[in-house]
Amino acid sequence: MSSRPSAKPAAPAPSSKVKTLTIDDRLVSAREDESILDAARDNGIQIPTLCNLDGLTPVGACRLCMVEVKGSSRLFASCVTMVGEGMEVVTDSERLQKYRKTIVELLFSERNHVCAVCVSNGHCELQNLAQTLGVTHLTVPYRNPKLPVDASHERFVNDHNRCVLCQRCVRVCGEVEGAHTWDINGRGIGARVITDLNQPWGSSETCTGCGKCVQVCPTGALTEKGKSVREMSKRTRFLPYLTMMREDRSE
Amino acid sequence: MGKTITIDPVTRIEGHSKITLKLDDAGHVSDARFHVTQFRGFEKFCEGRPFYEMPALMARICGICPVSHLVASAKACDAILAVKIPETAAMLRQVLNLAQMIQSHALSYFYLSSPDLLLGFDSDPAKRNIFGVLEKNPQDARDGVRLRRFGQQVIETLADKRIHPAWLVPGGVDQALTADKRDLILSWLPECYEIIGRTLERTKRSLEGFREEIRTFANFPSLFMGLTTADDKLEMTDGVLRIVDANGKVVVDNADPSTYRELIGEAVEPDSYLKSPYYKPSGYPGGMVRVGPLARMNVIDGIDTPRANEEWAEFRALERGAVLSSFYYHYARLIEILFGLEKMDQLLHNPGILSKQVRAHARPNNLEGIGVSEAPRGTLIHHYRIDENGLIVWANLIIATGFNNLAINRGVLQAARHYVSSQEIQEGMLNRIEAVVRSFDPCLSCSTHAVGTMPLVVELRDADGRLLDRKAR
Repeated sequence: MSSRPSAKPAAPAPSSKVKTLTIDDRLVSAREDESILDAARDNGIQIPTLCNLDGLTPVGACRLCMVEVKGSSRLFASCVTMVGEGMEVVTDSERLQKYRKTIVELLFSERNHVCAVCVSNGHCELQNLAQTLGVTHLTVPYRNPKLPVDASHERFVNDHNRCVLCQRCVRVCGEVEGAHTWDINGRGIGARVITDLNQPWGSSETCTGCGKCVQVCPTGALTEKGKSVREMSKRTRFLPYLTMMREDRSE
Repeated sequence: MGKTITIDPVTRIEGHSKITLKLDDAGHVSDARFHVTQFRGFEKFCEGRPFYEMPALMARICGICPVSHLVASAKACDAILAVKIPETAAMLRQVLNLAQMIQSHALSYFYLSSPDLLLGFDSDPAKRNIFGVLEKNPQDARDGVRLRRFGQQVIETLADKRIHPAWLVPGGVDQALTADKRDLILSWLPECYEIIGRTLERTKRSLEGFREEIRTFANFPSLFMGLTTADDKLEMTDGVLRIVDANGKVVVDNADPSTYRELIGEAVEPDSYLKSPYYKPSGYPGGMVRVGPLARMNVIDGIDTPRANEEWAEFRALERGAVLSSFYYHYARLIEILFGLEKMDQLLHNPGILSKQVRAHARPNNLEGIGVSEAPRGTLIHHYRIDENGLIVWANLIIATGFNNLAINRGVLQAARHYVSSQEIQEGMLNRIEAVVRSFDPCLSCSTHAVGTMPLVVELRDADGRLLDRKAR
């Protein structure tokens, strides 16, 4: 993660063309700079996502939004795949369900997600995904890693046990707040979100304490200090408005 | 040649345990041990977690009495915040704790022990369960179900969830009570008063038939401990610690619960996962302390609700000084249910109960907090230490059943010596030994699935540990 996340493209250029494609046997049209995910959502077709958040640059990190495109045997992350003329997209199939369930299972097994005693219980996107996809148990063993909790910040807590590495915190801090306090350190299974140069959050000099990272975090990883179990519900709706207002001002 | 009889598992209790009876060459019981065979580890794995997660995390210790742990844990967290919680929050916590006590006592008395009390200790073990009671004494079984349901319904009405609610939080409760909910709870009370009234009457009449059990079920001198109000009345949620001796003489009075470490030591035995707390000044194991309903009846000078107070006076008239037989735990439980109903009635009629001021907000102001409350089974202590960021660095829990561990062990020995006098295993005699354990209503973990389903396996072993005989039911 050496490069800073780039800002989301502004309003469509007037020259953008319209493409027609089929999604789940429905003929739809979309701007050529729209992703399959956006085109599907515009037409009321829901594709599960986790790392994606309206108002942030899509990164295709979680792979939950993968879809099948006729003519290719590989799967495409719909949040970062642009629509194409004549494209035939399938958003739900036995194969896709199996992959999505496996992804959620792996997320649960990788760290210590104990919903029953989590501050975000009942308000968690990972928990909702598991329920929606019917993940009732894991077919892979839990790794039960020993991970620290960074409670050094005056108002917020970072619990690595509940992080899914969606990078929403990294993006919102870089793209919207402009502080770029968050980043990812390490690779693969050893990857961790860090603040500044991997120092305690409380000693970060760049953190403005705005709390956007906490609000966009899909799980109980980033939370407000002092919230008891079930009490931490997040507000993410502010983001598109914030982006829109800033675009208006820059025009 | 000496022999060992093992009762494994002990049935109709909450959790997993076994009993070992050692017989000498003449076939007499030389020793008896009560082993708790499960390991939980909560004190250890909560280390590193934020302190404000503790109430909900610690509630997971138990599915029968999660509210007790919620209360003690929330109080320990209040101490860390250094706040005095709003009066309404304190009253709401009391109502929740009383509801929990009522449902737990109903479970112990009706579901787990009434098969012995109503059907007889020697009755057919295949039917000696709540279903057998339902068949033979349907009214009693229904009463038990209703009372337990009442307690659970109150918990659900207040806290949205019957088991493991997250309503109790550091600083108070997370939602105020509404008038609708209060009225709903009050509407259930008349039926419960009737149930406890007739159950108390029947139980008192039946005591005559249990003279032998009363004499032999952990009937010996010990200390008794419990919380009391400032004027020495029955108290379940807040209050001060009092300890009395077997003569009813007050040994410790008005002790601040946060000084428990001066009063209580904790010993560990090699054959049990349950710690054995004891009264420090008397040493181990001499400082045996009983807690729970019997102890609470013994430590108080009265009850501040009228009907329960009358029943308490009658109860204490059973013996001069403290009431010593653990068989009377059952009787004491019923008086406490009556107290719970009356107290709940009082609290819910207090106009302040609907106030919206139910939570004090603060950051941690102390690095250590101690919370003590009365669980259905006795005094419960939660003690936490945190670092400057609010993460738990150390936790100590003393669970009510732990206090009773020494007395349960000695009670098992007393009953075994009385009932087991040959090498022949008789089911009824072993059931009485189990029933001694049951009278304490030990909560060894968090499940009730044992009712009528767990097998009782008895093994006869010689001094070298060789299996001589094995009977299963």
